[in-house]
Amino acid sequence: MARPGRRRQPMGARRRRPHGNVPGGEPMGRGRAAGGAFCSASAGGGRASLAPLRRPRRASLASLSAALAARPSRPSPPSPPRSMAGLGGGLAAFGRCTHAVVRALPESLCRQALRSVAGPEVDFARAEREHQLYVGVLRGKLGLQVLELPADESLPDCVFVEDVAVVCEETALLTRPGAPSRRKEVEAMKRVLESLNLNIVEMVDENATLDGGDVLFTGREFFVGLSKRTNQRGAEILADTFKDYAVSTVPVHDSLHLKSFCSMAGPNLIAIGSSEAAQKALKTMQQMSDHRYDKLTVPDDAAANCIYLNIPSKGHVLLHRAPEEYPESAKVFEKLKDHMLIPIANTELEKIDGSLTCCSVLINKASEL
Amino acid sequence: MTTEVGSETEVKKDSEQLGPDKAKDKPEEASETPGDQKSKETFSGEAQDSSVPAPTNQSSPSSQKKEKSSPESKGISRFLPPWLKKQKSYTLAEPKDEPKKKATGEEQVVEESESQALEGVAQPRKSLEEATENRQNAKAGDKEKHSISSAEIQPSKEDGKETEVEEVAEKKEEKQEEKEKRETKEVQTAEIKIDNVPQKSPKKIKTVQCKVMLLDGTEYSCDLEKRARGQVLFDKVCEHLNLLEKDYFGLLFYENSEQKNWLDSSKEIKRQIRSLPWIFTFNVKFYPPDPSQLTEDITRYFLCLQLRQDIVSGRLPCSFVTHALLGSYTLQAELGDHDPAEHSSDYISEFQFAPNQTQEMEEKVAELHKTHRGLTPAQADSQFLENAKRLSMYGVDLHHAKDSEGVDIMLGVCANGLLIYKDRLRINRFAWPKILKISYKRSNFYIKVRPAELEQFESTIGFKLPNHRAAKRLWKVCVEHHTFFRLLSPEQPPKAKFLTLGSKFRYSGRTQAQTRQASNLIDRPAPYFERTSSKRVSRSLDGDQGLVRDFSAAGGQAAGDKIIDLEAAGQAKLKEGGREEDESPLKTPQLEFTQDGKISSLRVDGENIYVRHSNLMLEDLDKTQDDLLKHQASISELKRNFMESTPEPRPNEWEKRRITPLSLQTQGSSHETLDIVEEKKQAEFGIEETLVVDETNKGKMQVATDAGETCKVEHVSKKDSSSLPSDSSSSSSSESEDEEVGEYHPHHRAIEEVIREEQEEEEDMKRKEHEENTQHVEAIPEGSKPVPVEHTQVTAEDLVQENTITVATEEKNLSEQIKQDVGEEKEEEQLKLNGDVSHVDIDVAPQLICCSEPPVVKTEMVTISDATQRTEISTKEIPIVQTETKTITYESSQLDGNAVGDTGVLVSAQTITSESISTTTTTHITKMVKGGVSETRIEKRIVITGDADIDHDEALAQAIKEAKEQHPDMSVTRVVVHKETELAEEDED
Repeated sequence: MARPGRRRQPMGARRRRPHGNVPGGEPMGRGRAAGGAFCSASAGGGRASLAPLRRPRRASLASLSAALAARPSRPSPPSPPRSMAGLGGGLAAFGRCTHAVVRALPESLCRQALRSVAGPEVDFARAEREHQLYVGVLRGKLGLQVLELPADESLPDCVFVEDVAVVCEETALLTRPGAPSRRKEVEAMKRVLESLNLNIVEMVDENATLDGGDVLFTGREFFVGLSKRTNQRGAEILADTFKDYAVSTVPVHDSLHLKSFCSMAGPNLIAIGSSEAAQKALKTMQQMSDHRYDKLTVPDDAAANCIYLNIPSKGHVLLHRAPEEYPESAKVFEKLKDHMLIPIANTELEKIDGSLTCCSVLINKASEL
Repeated sequence: MTTEVGSETEVKKDSEQLGPDKAKDKPEEASETPGDQKSKETFSGEAQDSSVPAPTNQSSPSSQKKEKSSPESKGISRFLPPWLKKQKSYTLAEPKDEPKKKATGEEQVVEESESQALEGVAQPRKSLEEATENRQNAKAGDKEKHSISSAEIQPSKEDGKETEVEEVAEKKEEKQEEKEKRETKEVQTAEIKIDNVPQKSPKKIKTVQCKVMLLDGTEYSCDLEKRARGQVLFDKVCEHLNLLEKDYFGLLFYENSEQKNWLDSSKEIKRQIRSLPWIFTFNVKFYPPDPSQLTEDITRYFLCLQLRQDIVSGRLPCSFVTHALLGSYTLQAELGDHDPAEHSSDYISEFQFAPNQTQEMEEKVAELHKTHRGLTPAQADSQFLENAKRLSMYGVDLHHAKDSEGVDIMLGVCANGLLIYKDRLRINRFAWPKILKISYKRSNFYIKVRPAELEQFESTIGFKLPNHRAAKRLWKVCVEHHTFFRLLSPEQPPKAKFLTLGSKFRYSGRTQAQTRQASNLIDRPAPYFERTSSKRVSRSLDGDQGLVRDFSAAGGQAAGDKIIDLEAAGQAKLKEGGREEDESPLKTPQLEFTQDGKISSLRVDGENIYVRHSNLMLEDLDKTQDDLLKHQASISELKRNFMESTPEPRPNEWEKRRITPLSLQTQGSSHETLDIVEEKKQAEFGIEETLVVDETNKGKMQVATDAGETCKVEHVSKKDSSSLPSDSSSSSSSESEDEEVGEYHPHHRAIEEVIREEQEEEEDMKRKEHEENTQHVEAIPEGSKPVPVEHTQVTAEDLVQENTITVATEEKNLSEQIKQDVGEEKEEEQLKLNGDVSHVDIDVAPQLICCSEPPVVKTEMVTISDATQRTEISTKEIPIVQTETKTITYESSQLDGNAVGDTGVLVSAQTITSESISTTTTTHITKMVKGGVSETRIEKRIVITGDADIDHDEALAQAIKEAKEQHPDMSVTRVVVHKETELAEEDED
């Protein structure tokens, strides 16, 4: 535990909760997405992350009274659904979040963290700084309750909390990560989720593997990437856990995770990379879905991993990779008129396949319950 | 006994006197009681081998079909060699020695079939004697029998409507069963069913008592006229329920207590339900995607009741939270506001909200219930529906199936299309707009899919259902859902244009659009209705499994009902049982992931897959006559080209169409094939059998050819898309391709390459699978092929056995089945191709027999593997003459090994034609060299033309005999009898 204490605090926890009943937002996990697919983006480093709000294009929070029934119009931030039902919230509640679970970086990550591509060593100090900014945004800017787990030096990848838990509404599925070295990361997560009174489901089947980074929740259904880290059995257990939703599988070949090249950028809006693999996966998802999603295609696969939140006081919020890292992709994000855009740099963790969603588990804890 | 039943059957009886009566009784009995079965067996069995017992009983429908076929075959059968007889049709099955018997059996059959002409030949005495035995039984329950008999007959008719293919399949199965003694599951179940069927005697009154289990767990019963159509009952039920928006609902009946079938309201009930107790369940058939658009609360209420059943039974899975939420709305609807005084802590446990309800859940339900204060029952129902409709399995009708690789999957039919699940995971989805055609053949179900964005070719994806009934059921459900949700008005049953062998079934009710329109006109005060407490124990507890599912849930009911503990307990049981049952389908062990490919995408390249019979031309429906003509024109051009490049002699159009299956199977051995066509002017058989109606006329041949060409093109193009090796015809194929494209899918062609790039992986997967499939298929034939020489010399007995195998039931012999299918499909393909393409796959030229000129052709398939299936497009409107065509194939098993993958080298081929007054003989000799073995096949086609005056049977026998004499060193491997007869107009239903 290298620097346990200090910077870690701010990691915000964000929760995207879909209203009590409403399905939580996509953000389940972190997607370590960026990892494999893209190369290094070291450009904007920490600095970029500093620029927290990139001018919300139209951050009119107020306008959020979204109609539930309506099909997800991407721009309007949904208002809390009145029905408490699980499915109820629908898109309106998508992206809602009250809590976020994050975890500090162990120093061991520099050398021991799994990585799909050998490359430059992680600058730990810078990585920590970036992470602090990340947490700071969640906690400070967005007002989430951030629950920060201490780092564990024996678990070099522990910062990527997204992989060990999939939380949707009131239910949390503790996964069985595909990498054996990461299985113990689940324990700490389990404790913290229990403290939140979530219904916890553990994946105990020894034949099952699932990384949260392979799980894309769109608000209406799940897509599970079948990758090196996630297998069909794991997807099946996820389907059994979240019975309300359709769970479709998507083959993922060239990247670490499904969310290495895509994520939700709004209700009904899928951000997708431009690579062939990404486009192909998108096609698969479109074919499998009864819904029609809008897509936001960005030039860089890694940049397609962003974090969408629906914060009551701020409306649509989107955390995306800094322009310093992926300028072209940033331009695309900047076209989202109704989103409050917050660029965040992730240059260091990206070296070890970390992406924005990877570093937090977002939870929407309905206050009533 | 005879007179009592006034129905169609009666007529025959009268005319026939005792003999016929007996016959009638027998079949009837068979359907009803075990004892009767025996009699039936005897009746049918006598004709066949005594050694082959039970098979006949299996299912009344099948038997009927057999019967149908019998009339034609009888004549011929006498003369046929025993092995031939045995193989193909049961009727023929009888050894030569017992011609009389056969005849009898046939007759009986004939009689059974209602409207058949009484041409019925001399009545067999033997059968009569045997029949007598039966009679005794029959006498006991004359009345009953009558009623039963009618019931039996009807189903058969129904079947007749359905695809020929289906029938064929059934027949095959039957035959197989009979011969092999192997009983398919299907058969077994059927038998059981029969046994269990209580003998209900509707008496002479001709009315039948119906029981309908309603959604609230109550039972509605009424007496219906025996011949009433489904609509009558359905209307009665809806009236009883005071339901106006009834198009979303339907009546279910169970077949074998497992298979649920929707009662077709346009058909007579007795033709659909085979067992006597008429018990139905009233269910939601089409789940409205947006229940809020329903006009009346009462409609929503029934939908709620259905969903509660679905949830409790596990058919509609939901999460804990959703269970609790939905449960709380149920409480609100049934009990009203939570009242702490009245609602003690455990008031909830009397209700059932989930398959496995826990204390925790109940607490949650109670907690949520309190939050609904103020909601009226109708509002609570609406909230319930708003949440339920979002569930991923809402309105999804699941069917068990296997993909081409034999992996267990589930096919889910819903408002938007077809969903494919493996275990609980969705692995593919085909929205209605993507689906060009839905078809089934035997136990296989196919969808033809529009090329993807960038793809060039359509692909056909095949699934294997547990049995052909399941396939048909699935097909029907698909047709209905598509029509209901996607069309503005129901599609007319297919008539002209395509000579379709397929089922003519179409959804005949109102579509969603229509029902919405209609319900807008509803002008009545909201009807009062009482909500039944869901606490009530549903009668499903009784243990009827079939019913359990549907009733496990019970409806919700008016507030405040006090419930009996016992009931609650009962429900608990229900939960367990019902739930397990229902869940099981969803859970399947294997999780391998495969993409689209998983669903074995059989790209059409394999001629094997493309099946044209039951057409659901979703998007192509509007093709105009002009288009067709144009198409044909272009095709004829192609054809010309093709011909030039084709060395093979071309048989006449009809012949082409009929491409012989033999060709497929013959490779590797030399056989002599006899194709014998018999043409009669008078219809001899029952109406029930009629399958295909088409417009055809003299020009028919030409037209047919054109159509065939088209098919060919398609087929070819498919091939191209697949990685399969191209055949000799490839050159021509490319030409035709373009043509075809123009016609059917203009847009898709260019795109294909792109797709490949983008979807490389997927494509690859598909291809691999496809290839695998193909290989698989091919492998089989090869296996059988190894010793070509032997084939030729196999004795009759052996042949018979082999054949039996060939006929193998789908369930039992997967591989076999596949083989067959492939073979058949090829045949079909060939047929379509009209022989032009045939050489591609095979060496042999098609043989054909044809006879008629009338525009309307009814084709009856007696054979399975024969090439009876053809698709034709007729362009001209001509005076309508109804013709009935029957094709019977007797074939030795050797042929089975299809030549799917086998391409021998054609050494020579020649065709000789000779004519006499009433017969035209076409001899086609083909020499092939395959794997070092040279094979000579001689196919003779003898067309016998004439009126009833001519003894066709005699002529046929003579022909066979001659053939044998001419080629003593060869064996007869197949005899195809194609009979076309002019019919008087008849009502099919």
